[in-house]
Amino acid sequence: MDNHLLIKENKPVAFSAETLETINQLSKRYPEGERKSILLPVLHMAQEELGGYLTIDILDYVASLVGISPVEVYEVATFYSMYYLDKVGKYVLEVCRTGPCAICGGERIADYLREVLKIKTGETTADGLFTLREVECLGGCGYAPVMQVNTEFYEYLTNEKVDKILSDLRAGAEKETDQQKRWVAQFSSQI
Amino acid sequence: MGSSILLANIGVPGIRNLKAYRASGGYSAVEKALREMTPAQVAQEVTRSGLRGRGGAGFPTGLKWSFLDRKTDKPRYLVCNADESEPGTFKDRFLMDKIPHLLIEGLILSSYALGVNNCYIYIRGEFKYLVGILEKAIREAHQNRFLGEKILGSDFSLNIFVHPGAGAYICGEETALLESLEGKRGNPRIKPPFPAFKGLYGCPTVVNNVETLATVGPIISMGGEEYAKIGKGKSTGTKLISACGNINNPGVYEIEMGLLLDDFIYSPAYCGGIAKGKKLKAVIPGGSSVPILPADLILRTLNGQKRLMTYESLAEGEFASGTMLGSGGFIVFDEDACIVRNTWNLTRFYRHESCGQCSPCREGTSWMENVLYRLEHGSGKLSDIDLLVRVAKNIEGNTICPLGDAAAWPVASAIRHFRHEFEEHVKNA
Repeated sequence: MDNHLLIKENKPVAFSAETLETINQLSKRYPEGERKSILLPVLHMAQEELGGYLTIDILDYVASLVGISPVEVYEVATFYSMYYLDKVGKYVLEVCRTGPCAICGGERIADYLREVLKIKTGETTADGLFTLREVECLGGCGYAPVMQVNTEFYEYLTNEKVDKILSDLRAGAEKETDQQKRWVAQFSSQI
Repeated sequence: MGSSILLANIGVPGIRNLKAYRASGGYSAVEKALREMTPAQVAQEVTRSGLRGRGGAGFPTGLKWSFLDRKTDKPRYLVCNADESEPGTFKDRFLMDKIPHLLIEGLILSSYALGVNNCYIYIRGEFKYLVGILEKAIREAHQNRFLGEKILGSDFSLNIFVHPGAGAYICGEETALLESLEGKRGNPRIKPPFPAFKGLYGCPTVVNNVETLATVGPIISMGGEEYAKIGKGKSTGTKLISACGNINNPGVYEIEMGLLLDDFIYSPAYCGGIAKGKKLKAVIPGGSSVPILPADLILRTLNGQKRLMTYESLAEGEFASGTMLGSGGFIVFDEDACIVRNTWNLTRFYRHESCGQCSPCREGTSWMENVLYRLEHGSGKLSDIDLLVRVAKNIEGNTICPLGDAAAWPVASAIRHFRHEFEEHVKNA
């Protein structure tokens, strides 16, 4: 648990028609009167689609979509570690720092990233491309050291692998597959 | 001991898809159950199998199911706990990735046994890529009439929905998971009432782990009694063990319960020994929450018996000289590993993951982290070691959920078995 101040940007926010339809379909998965259950998935979609981190403007918009009070959204957004409440770069590098990764060189990978990106943990590079975070166990202990970049897993990390990942991300051409990796694309069995 | 039940077919090309899964015998347990068995008979086979919860607690599954309140006219729910977050544990992720239909088949059978028509898979948000894999498997099952209305022409209807969490270890605790599924913070609930009476949306609910539910299909196929013949004593069947740390072959292994622990560590079929030819120092065998044991005690019990991979053998000697099978998250430390540093690291994890509801856990994990930090970083005192023992004791048993115990046990056991290392950290500072 960490303390957070929420950012307010006073920018208009709105989901695409496709996302609104996905949310509409998702809400049918839960019983009458339990629409609040869609909150976590909707916040994932909001973060991904509306700028990469969650501002008060977005949280209030989500509250109105889900039909609950803003404070019910704030208390959830501040609880879960996958929701970013600070400005982040285009790519969020999340290095696992927990025991099994740590004994397999995870701490050295974080050191190396700080060195090559010239930032501290929690900071974003000046070009706005990379934010470095250290996170708790990602459930990839057998493939240590691991990190996630925007929920993509990278495993068996070495310095050389990190160099390659960074240069690939810098080259940055949006791949076609990236579209298929969006949250909205995951929920395909809509009923 | 090379018994393979859950992972038997993972090498079949395309087994992630329904077609290949069907071709290797998949969904025949659903056909058998819906055509030849009553729900009570399905539940009875699970009870006979001796299956125990694979998430960590090892509670008998059939018994857990028997608690479900069937007197109310409220809907009943089955929730699959796929929030795999216990450090050292990555077996459920492997299972869902390689053979998702095995889980779906288990969910159908379990829902039939429990009289459930809506089932949720609560999966940790970091496993986003698995959401798509599971949703595709569910869609295929619908297309082949294994899900939806009147499955295979029976009176039984079922929907399964995947629901992502958003990064919180505590949501692996079943009541926190239910809160989260309801769109709230993952604060564990006070029990009683237990979920069997008042669970999801205030309705009777069973929450089971992925591996537990995936095992129900094979149990129905072979029969509970046959399943119970596999394994040893009350540790029936097979168990997925996710092995990591300083070993040659990290990965997920299905073992028959009763395997010699020595074999698991040194056999080339499993961990393949300690990496870089080093010596074994210690093992945490069941996920980061269970007590750490030094090499001599993990290989043999205090009275000299070879330790086995069973719930009972690992617990032999209780916490004085034993540990737990837990989730099967098997973390191996070589001779170079620093126990003080690792204990500080794991305590930082529990401090970060404490939901903050209960003072002993919220404050206690912070205190332990601070004290361990100064011991590891050269400003500790000898009296800090007993201070840690006292703080751990004051957390244990004094919280709503078991996260407090889970934070206390690693500290208490590290000091119990490696006190000299903590003392050396102070003396050499």
